[in-house]
Amino acid sequence: MRKKLSAGFKKLMAGMLTGTALLAACGLLFTATASAQRKMIQVKGSDTMVNLVQILAEEYMAKKPGAAIAVLGGGSGTGITAIINGTCDLANHSREWKTKELDLAFEKGVRPRIFAIAVDALSIIVNENNSVDSLTMAQVGSIFRGEIKNWKVVGGPDQKISLYGRQSNSGTYSFLQEHVLNNKNYSQDVKEMNGNAQIIEAVSQDLAGVGYVGVGYLYDEKGEIRRGIKVLQIKKDENSPAYSPLDKEAVYSAKYAISRPLYQSTSGKPSAAVADFIRFELSPEGQAIVEKEGFFKIGQELMDQNDKNLK
Amino acid sequence: MISVKKKSILGDLKESLIQKAFQTSGLLAILVLLGIFALLLYTSVPAFKEISLKEFLTSTRWDPTSPERPEYGLLSMLASTIMVTVGALLIAFPLGVAVAAYLSDVASPKVREIVKPVVELLAAIPSVVVGFIGLTLVSPLLAKIFKLSHGLTALNGSLMLAIMALPTIISISEDSLNAVPVSYVEASLALGANRWQTLVRVKIPAAISGIIASLMLGMGRAIGETMTVLMATGNARAFPHGLLQSVRTLTANIAIELGEVPYFTTHYYALFGIGLVLFLMTFAINLTADLILEKQKRKLK
Repeated sequence: MRKKLSAGFKKLMAGMLTGTALLAACGLLFTATASAQRKMIQVKGSDTMVNLVQILAEEYMAKKPGAAIAVLGGGSGTGITAIINGTCDLANHSREWKTKELDLAFEKGVRPRIFAIAVDALSIIVNENNSVDSLTMAQVGSIFRGEIKNWKVVGGPDQKISLYGRQSNSGTYSFLQEHVLNNKNYSQDVKEMNGNAQIIEAVSQDLAGVGYVGVGYLYDEKGEIRRGIKVLQIKKDENSPAYSPLDKEAVYSAKYAISRPLYQSTSGKPSAAVADFIRFELSPEGQAIVEKEGFFKIGQELMDQNDKNLK
Repeated sequence: MISVKKKSILGDLKESLIQKAFQTSGLLAILVLLGIFALLLYTSVPAFKEISLKEFLTSTRWDPTSPERPEYGLLSMLASTIMVTVGALLIAFPLGVAVAAYLSDVASPKVREIVKPVVELLAAIPSVVVGFIGLTLVSPLLAKIFKLSHGLTALNGSLMLAIMALPTIISISEDSLNAVPVSYVEASLALGANRWQTLVRVKIPAAISGIIASLMLGMGRAIGETMTVLMATGNARAFPHGLLQSVRTLTANIAIELGEVPYFTTHYYALFGIGLVLFLMTFAINLTADLILEKQKRKLK
């Protein structure tokens, strides 16, 4: 599971990545001398996605002995910049292109094609005895910014809200901050717990508690929802229907609001080699890897768009 | 004759070598200390290119990854550290000294032989286990007692730290009570004092330097402890207004943020700045303890 990675394991992964990059560089040299035809696919970008795409690439290379893919992190912005400047073949990004970036790309004659390869989702949990069943995105944002302080305001019992969250450097923390808090500060009263499991443990004991955890952590080893917590349904706004992250179809199709597709972009129509890798990622086999790594697979709507962009 | 002389030259050489070796190891301890201080200073100074020292020490808001404006004030965490530590010592010190007095003066040798090793075993419990007990056992209990929605509070941290500081306080206090010469006790009893009077007016004042040392060592343990408070206190960044609130200590903050902070950024340097503050705090505590002990010793003489 991506979110469980310890710092040590991350370092190891970073080391492995560097190792892979070095090996890849050697491979490139070798192939350059042996045959000028074989080309390394350079993938760069989002740190959230780097482990996932690395594993996808390894599986792909195991199947296609001729293929060579190097995956680097650096952040979504780094990947998108590299596509604009033509220094990589495929960019990973966990957010959409900004208007500024699109303008810059068009200026340089780059027409990006965007593919959604997986979906990342967060769930909002409360104590099972809380009467609140659903919240809007705006309400979740206000609660974690500390503007709504009592459950009464959102139709719950007259009780002070007790906030639980992740540590400031976790990806989950910044995902919620960007996506739901509109890039505003978290309340200073958020109790920062050491991982998803501790948040679940705390909320299951705290009648007034509310926390956020990756959807994969909601289930115990038997595949049932953990005891003592209630998973809230989320509405995009006051007038839209509420969806639960437990409704897999809603997450696949990005109808569940606190989710984001994870993207890859190419400059113009992808080359045959890159298109083949993307097809592998979107194949049932690739999507199974996506689910195994704790993300969600892509729903039909997004898949249809991907197909269009591949042609 | 010659052989004896040779031997004594060899002996001198051996002695001076041994002396040098001990001298070096003594110096090494000082060097390591200075090295750590220099490293902390060197790594934390770049932080103050962007943070004013005034903000660092007097602002109560700490939010280095804020998308609005990064803030680097450690006053809330400083207050939390002091609050949790003082709370722990308020619990552990009277209890610890009482247990030490019981063990040295009241308990039968049989009881002492069982209780003392058990107390020392308490020190062997890993801090993460103590933290886990605080998280899963004590905090729900506190929530029930104080009618709170959750028990991840400064009080929970203080209780857990008290458990961890107890063995130090008990065993050092007991040792120093036992070290009081028997003649003192005999003289006191001979003058007609009962056992309570002897304990409170003769033994404890005579052993006070050791008892204070145990307090200081307990304080050092409490200030520096990380994992337990990280798990037990909830780690909210707000300024603490009471023992029944979630707090974040300086050590917990370093543990939380250093793992994934981008290296060589202001945030990274600021975390070392916190380390420097912690270092100076413990240094000051130890220095005060030494000065008190020194004064006490002179008084006894």
